[in-house]
Amino acid sequence: MSSETLVPFDEALTRYDPVMGLEIHIELNTATKMFCGCPTGFGAEPNTQVCPICLALPGALPVVNAKAIESAIRMGLALNCEIATWCRFARKNYFYPDMPKNFQTSQYDEPIAFDGFVEVEVEGETYRIEIERAHMEEDTGKALHVGGSTGRIHGADFSLVDYNRAGIPLIEIVTRTIEVTPEKAPAVARAYVSHVRDLIGGLGVSDVRMDQGSLRADVNLSLKPKGSEVLGTRSETKNVNSFRSVERAVRYEISRHAGILDAGGKVVQETRHFQEDSGTTLSGREKSDADDYRYFPEPDLAPVSPSREWVEELRATLPEPPAVRRSRLQADWKFSDLDMRDTIGAGALDLIVATVEAGTTPQTAKKWWLGEMARRANETGHDLDALGITPSQVAEIQALIDAGRINDKLARSVFDGVIAGEGSPEEVVVGRQLEVVSDDGALGEAVDRAIAGDPDAAQKIRDGNLGVAGALIGAVMKEMRGQADAGRVRELILEKLSS
Amino acid sequence: MNPDLTRSTADELARSLAAKDVSSVEITQASLDRIAAVDGDLHAFLHVDADGALAVAAEIDARRSKGEQLSYLAGVPIAVKDVLATKGLPTTCGSKILEGWIPPYDATVTARLKAAGLPILGKTNMDEFAMGSSTEHSAYGPTRNPWDRTRVPGGSGGGSAAAVAAFEAPLAIGTDTGGSIRQPGALTGTVGVKPTYGGVSRYGLVAMASSLDQAGPVTRTVLDAALLHELIGGHDPMDSTSIPEPVPGVVAAARRADVKGLRIGVVKELGGEGFQPGVRARFDEAVELLTSAGAEVVEVSIPSLQYALGAYYLVMPSEASSNLAKFDAMRYGVRVPPAGVDDPSAEQVMASSREAGFGDEVKRRIILGTYALSSGYYDAYYGSAQKVRTILARDFAAAFAGVDVLVSPTSPTTAYPLGDKLDDPLAMYLGDVATIPANLIGIPGLSLPVGLATEDDLPVGLQFLAPQKADDRLYNAAAALERLLEEKWGGSLIAQAPELEVVR
Repeated sequence: MSSETLVPFDEALTRYDPVMGLEIHIELNTATKMFCGCPTGFGAEPNTQVCPICLALPGALPVVNAKAIESAIRMGLALNCEIATWCRFARKNYFYPDMPKNFQTSQYDEPIAFDGFVEVEVEGETYRIEIERAHMEEDTGKALHVGGSTGRIHGADFSLVDYNRAGIPLIEIVTRTIEVTPEKAPAVARAYVSHVRDLIGGLGVSDVRMDQGSLRADVNLSLKPKGSEVLGTRSETKNVNSFRSVERAVRYEISRHAGILDAGGKVVQETRHFQEDSGTTLSGREKSDADDYRYFPEPDLAPVSPSREWVEELRATLPEPPAVRRSRLQADWKFSDLDMRDTIGAGALDLIVATVEAGTTPQTAKKWWLGEMARRANETGHDLDALGITPSQVAEIQALIDAGRINDKLARSVFDGVIAGEGSPEEVVVGRQLEVVSDDGALGEAVDRAIAGDPDAAQKIRDGNLGVAGALIGAVMKEMRGQADAGRVRELILEKLSS
Repeated sequence: MNPDLTRSTADELARSLAAKDVSSVEITQASLDRIAAVDGDLHAFLHVDADGALAVAAEIDARRSKGEQLSYLAGVPIAVKDVLATKGLPTTCGSKILEGWIPPYDATVTARLKAAGLPILGKTNMDEFAMGSSTEHSAYGPTRNPWDRTRVPGGSGGGSAAAVAAFEAPLAIGTDTGGSIRQPGALTGTVGVKPTYGGVSRYGLVAMASSLDQAGPVTRTVLDAALLHELIGGHDPMDSTSIPEPVPGVVAAARRADVKGLRIGVVKELGGEGFQPGVRARFDEAVELLTSAGAEVVEVSIPSLQYALGAYYLVMPSEASSNLAKFDAMRYGVRVPPAGVDDPSAEQVMASSREAGFGDEVKRRIILGTYALSSGYYDAYYGSAQKVRTILARDFAAAFAGVDVLVSPTSPTTAYPLGDKLDDPLAMYLGDVATIPANLIGIPGLSLPVGLATEDDLPVGLQFLAPQKADDRLYNAAAALERLLEEKWGGSLIAQAPELEVVR
């Protein structure tokens, strides 16, 4: 573990201003790879989705996948970028066993999209994030180090390489430096990544699954002393794989940098790895200026020059931008500004949309996602969409409530069961025997016992003080282990005591 | 062995086959016999596939006897430079690092040869990864020049040129990055053509320098080259730099062979100092012949030519350094563990494999290219070289505005003794001075034998150059000159080659 001295976040911000840069890698969901016809499906047997081209066998040549260019342009347009009239691929030369050509075909000084921006909202304030560029490149293979305890190459007995991922198209979105209200920096970083995820997800060009690595974020961070114009040395935290982790990584790096600077030390320019369990970052590879990728234009590929007509055609078919969509949904749903802000802040917008589509009212969907589900997410540290329950399952549970088969309280057990993998809501209700008892015979007996057990309350109800009914209802519910229809119980109590 | 069959041109063989005067098995067997007889000494081949070639020949004979419609050259055997991927046949690029590697796929050129029914005799020797001008840089030993076995056959396609010159094969495929088809053509008295860049697919051609490499025909006549060119050329969707248009009518042009009214420019800068007098003399005679046949000959100056060699020796190694990075012993080829290291890292294995697998010339160019591309030097070297290419293209375009084709000697000298320039890379690089410009700007070039130099009785080549995609002009002019020369000599030049000793 690191022996670094951390300065508490709030204290760090009294002396330093954070400067961030975010890089997001997005794997496109094209059916075939960037430069060959191999399939791109996730999870196939190692080295079954390879050919002479993506294995870089001698003589094989790449050819650009037109669908990947189209996806890149749509993404660029969604990010409000200019689309290059002419651009080229370049070779980024370095040696690595999982990289078949020992150069990565990428874009260097001629990206397909550049000079864009997005606007993200944090606690009612809008922040504009400038996009420097969005460029195309190919993914590398994956090395698997076998033996040893860490899964890293050191201590491993041998290494295996899977080239299925080699050549899958990627887009890298690079921001300009982001300087925002310092205390908002972590939240803005999170909101930005989440916003881009929504934006790209809406385009349908990527699965944007952080857990499967189809969206990976790198956080560049440096501090500059308050009042100074000189940028500090930055660290680059690689492959942060959840929104929450992006926020935590920014907080942690601010604290860590401040600790180093306060002690009169120098921040080392390096890549770092975020540790999910501890919320800290660990030093990776030191990144010196000696890294020389010897970029030059890829001579095996013809330049790409998308026609303006095509770009405009693609622009015309872009889906509704998230901000417009949000306004529309807010109006449709009759949510207050606060409701909407909470919804977006919790990352619940799409979940609510899907839940409503599955049959609930917007208010009901919001109640579940921002109440019960948000509480569970907080407790377990998951994102809402990683809890293990889908919008349609939530809607199904609400339908069970509406049908009177369970009540709100029992619903919580159903959630537990679904999340635990016990099956569909229906199956959980049956399996856990959660069905509400609305049989008047059984309920009537329980009501009789409750009245007998609390004569004072019964008398008060007879005297017209109906507010006391709750005590008797509670007693019945307790006896029935919550599985009673509370409305029917109340009716029965009043029936029996009014005669 | 049937000497007449091995000495026939591909066109003659194709006609005999069509007339059923001879079978493909007979022709192929004749070639194989000739290889068996002379190649031990010559070493034009790295790998001979007798069984495979005869099987294809037999299949073609059977299909022909059934009356199937076959391609014109079906049944005519061919040799392929070992830099093109051949499914099921070793492909080494003349390098130890690929020793024993058998590709699981065919280059587009190879696939087209197979589809057209040409039996592939084997893979021909070459300078390692096509780096060299003498075939002495082959990791498997040099090829000898059939005209004088103490001399080099040129390079890097010395194997293909020697195979054709020594009557081991009527046809061969070469590749030309800076002159590797044309210069060995000149040194062995054969016809060598570098098509327009993108005119023949590079898919499956193991790259030295991607923006310069081009496969093309090596033959004994201009018409044979045209027949082969049409067969292997044309658009290939697997190569994104491939020209999306049909091959110009090169066969028709070779049959036309008429230079009356053709405007020919003699490039002033390619023929002066450094050019052997005997080479110069044969070149001048050939130009005279063209004039006498009605061509209009003028002197043309291309001032930027003086920068071409320098630009080439920056672009070529830069691209090569990157293209050869894939040879890292991770997936194929030889793997040589580092000596004295118990638990080597991936990087150490890569380094020791490359150390053992690559020869000196390859290492020299990798180092040169790595340096030229490195940050801080890119603009001065690679960047400047690319600018030279632009200027050169502009100057050639201006020259072609006044003439239809340009001519120069193909090589400044005739074949030199083996070992002569091996320790002087710069001297060897100078041998490509006339051929390199065509690669830098992507135009086509053809080398035609125009006689023997008086001082050493060795073949001299004349190079025709034409604008991009005007390959047909080369064939027309060269075929016309070829006809004039044969009338003058009373036969082909190659018939004057000394008989080779049969080594058993």
